[in-house]
Amino acid sequence: MGLKNDISEQLQNRVRLAIEKGEALRIIAGGSKGFYGRDVSGSELSVTQHQGIISYQPSELVITARAGTPIKVIENALSENAQMLAFEPPAFGERATIGGTVACNFSGPRRAYSGAARDYVLGTKIINGKAEILTFGGEVMKNVAGYDVSRLMAGAMGTLGVLLEISLKIVPKPEAETTVMLNLGSEEALLKLQQWASQPLPVSGSCFYQNTLYVRLSGAEKAVREMRQFIGGELLKNADYFWHSVKEQRHDFFKNDQALWRISLASNTPILSLDGNTLYEWGGALRWLKTDLPAQPLRKFSESINGHATLFRTSGKRDEIFQPLPKHLLQLHRKLKQAFDPHGIFNIGRMYQEY
Amino acid sequence: MTQTANKADFPAVDLQNLVSQLAGILPQDSILHEQEDLRPYECDGLSSYRQLPLVAVLPDSVGQVQKIMRLCYSLGLPIVARGAGTGLSGGALPYAKGVLLSLAKFSKIIEIDKDVCIARVQPGVRNLAISQAVDHLGLYYAPDPSSQIACTIGGNVAENSGGVHCLKYGLTVHNIQQIKIVTIEGDLITVGGGGLDSPGYDLLALMTGSEGMLAVIVEVTVKLLPKPQRVQALLAAFDDVMNAGKAVGNIISAGIIPAGLEMMDRLAIKAAEDFVHAGYPADAEAILICELDGAETEVTEQTDAVRDILNNSGATEVRVAKDEQERVNFWKGRKNAFPAVGRISPDYYCMDGTIPRKSLPLVLQSMADMSVKYGLAVANVFHAGDGNLHPLILFDASIAGELEKAEEFGGKILELCIRVGGTITGEHGVGTEKLNQMCVQYKSTELSQFHAVKAAFDHKGLLNPGKAVPTLHRCAEFGAMHVHNGELPYPELERF
Ligand SMILES: Cc1cc2nc3c(=O)[nH]c(=O)nc-3n(C[C@H](O)[C@H](O)[C@H](O)COP(=O)(O)OP(=O)(O)OC[C@H]3O[C@@H](n4cnc5c(N)ncnc54)[C@H](O)[C@@H]3O)c2cc1C
Repeated sequence: MGLKNDISEQLQNRVRLAIEKGEALRIIAGGSKGFYGRDVSGSELSVTQHQGIISYQPSELVITARAGTPIKVIENALSENAQMLAFEPPAFGERATIGGTVACNFSGPRRAYSGAARDYVLGTKIINGKAEILTFGGEVMKNVAGYDVSRLMAGAMGTLGVLLEISLKIVPKPEAETTVMLNLGSEEALLKLQQWASQPLPVSGSCFYQNTLYVRLSGAEKAVREMRQFIGGELLKNADYFWHSVKEQRHDFFKNDQALWRISLASNTPILSLDGNTLYEWGGALRWLKTDLPAQPLRKFSESINGHATLFRTSGKRDEIFQPLPKHLLQLHRKLKQAFDPHGIFNIGRMYQEY
Repeated sequence: MTQTANKADFPAVDLQNLVSQLAGILPQDSILHEQEDLRPYECDGLSSYRQLPLVAVLPDSVGQVQKIMRLCYSLGLPIVARGAGTGLSGGALPYAKGVLLSLAKFSKIIEIDKDVCIARVQPGVRNLAISQAVDHLGLYYAPDPSSQIACTIGGNVAENSGGVHCLKYGLTVHNIQQIKIVTIEGDLITVGGGGLDSPGYDLLALMTGSEGMLAVIVEVTVKLLPKPQRVQALLAAFDDVMNAGKAVGNIISAGIIPAGLEMMDRLAIKAAEDFVHAGYPADAEAILICELDGAETEVTEQTDAVRDILNNSGATEVRVAKDEQERVNFWKGRKNAFPAVGRISPDYYCMDGTIPRKSLPLVLQSMADMSVKYGLAVANVFHAGDGNLHPLILFDASIAGELEKAEEFGGKILELCIRVGGTITGEHGVGTEKLNQMCVQYKSTELSQFHAVKAAFDHKGLLNPGKAVPTLHRCAEFGAMHVHNGELPYPELERF
């Protein structure tokens, strides 16, 4: 904590200078997510030094931290009070920060059952493209005064402003957690996941890979035990290690040089007849695809089922990473970018070439 | 009638000419322009603000909405969307020289997909109608505003409405997956998607709670939840409001997130009891209603835990509902609290601030002090679990000056909420009502950023003009000081 880790004024001055010089800025913190998104040029604006938990009172279920605070620091602080970030963010590296995580809206296995990073954002402090320090939302659970700019920042990848502080809603850690494995074919597994989704079951994670369905249950001790019996299957030892490996993409599935696609779609979408190797998460609503297929057919297919495909990791060119936006929607994006960053200095082209 | 936000700063249009142009889009009986036909639209749930629109239209297709928007855009004519008109902040208050766009005819549930647990509905569908339509599938739509029999899902999205179950299940923003909007230029845009996320900016979040300022919502896909195996309610009485406040913190600190955690103070208890005879402990200073839901065994364990916590927090009595009938009874008084207060006072003014839970004792005490100062009683009903207060200020509008006094008192309560690090509105929106307090909550640069967002969608400023975000000019006139996180510029002045 303490003021020495507050460098917001320096950051603001740097943005001011960039405006004067007409210089583009590339916002960076831990650098753990450099692989994600389009390539960006511009002078580096590092928020790494802007660190520290500003306020955390467990009974309020809120934590506020500077954007450069490592995720690990936050998770440790929460853990001491038997609390956690409900969206179970992947870090993709030791130095991952809360700012980068929220900017990417990265969420882990729990996402399908308790929500994404954006769902837990209560407030933000940002520097906009006019070098103004602005505060939106706050530390309370419900707040509808003004547009929800805080949630808009989640997933905007720094294209709308520099995140300085973030307030997040936090949740208690479940009393008990257990993971079972079921030996099933892919169609059967998807069907099972669907059936469970419409029943009040304490599922908190799901993954299907190579004929094994992994299901994590969380909640009160007894309830978890009962559910285990209902679902059947075999107990997975080292479950934490398994979910960590899926979340952080250290699992064997992720280990080869092929491009990694992330396809987000309705959970009941049938098995995709696309070349490549698939790992399923989020009750079937997230499909990781390792493939050599070109982007075009993947994008077209995703669009046809009201989903979207992201080229999550590639060793090739990073020119078109995200699903292209329809014309009118793209136009709105451009205007919003203009509204926050009128001089066009923040992370130009990180999401889409146009802005 | 209090002042309205309307000013004649848009070009005047000829009514007959407008009606004949609209007749090219809609059938005659969907265009209202006679005074008596317009009367039902003159206000929303905040009836101290009233204004007739120039014309009201009731389209029943997205194509019609697009054409109406294009017409308004080309004429430079203001347009105000309206759901059921249950809003409590004057959000759907018509614009004198503008068009009122009612979504009432958009009342179809288009599709229910039980596999993915979603329902795709038109914006005029009533909140409760969704849960009723999926009840046989064992599903429900979680956000449950007290107005749920009447309010529309479009209005819910526009206000980011909450309800008693939002503590555990979130607000509207957490329970929708996709919406379709029509922009002021008449473009139909899909926001969100079939999966759990969508590419680009989170416009779903931006649209939620935008109070009809950015676009008209013409379709909503909501997420449905499986009904819990078991629901259990507890009711605790306290002889001291502060203890009730502490009990709330103690429950949360124990790692329990109840489905709902509501508080009522003495005046609210008495009013409710006289009205619906729920059997509340009549001599209590405060009661807490705590609802737990989930798996059978989990609820059993938590019920025991909560009972102990309540007893240890100084409850004078703790009741655990024996059956569904008793549970419904616990809620009966809470759910009827507003009309109950309406019976004991000619008028009441409902506030909606949210505060950090820890400030509850301070804020309750300050409100009690102000109540004495203004000579107006306050009944407190609130979503205690998430710190969302609904103080009801009792007054009599027929006594000269009382409405103004109530409004001033309400404004002071909201400023107090800001001072303790909270917000002026948790779920009812800014609308016409809280424009002045927006000047206190936000700096001028922040308000300007909001205006820039508005302009990105609606550069002519035609959608719901004058609402939600005050002009900087207005703030200067109001002379408000921006206070933030208790950092009052002049700490020696005016303290509650
Ligand atoms: C007795 C009572 C109890 C209440 N309890 C609660 C509660 O527990 N929680 C809570 O959150 N609220 C509560 N409210 C407030 C109100 O019911 C909600 O704000 C509700 O969401 C409004 O819905 P509506 O359809 O009536 O919208 P309206 O009042 O018609 O409109 C509200 C706003 O939304 C805009 N709007 C409406 N439809 C659209 C659309 N399709 N597209 C774009 N903009 C649109 C309007 O322009 C306006 O700004 C209560 C109100 C009453 C009278």
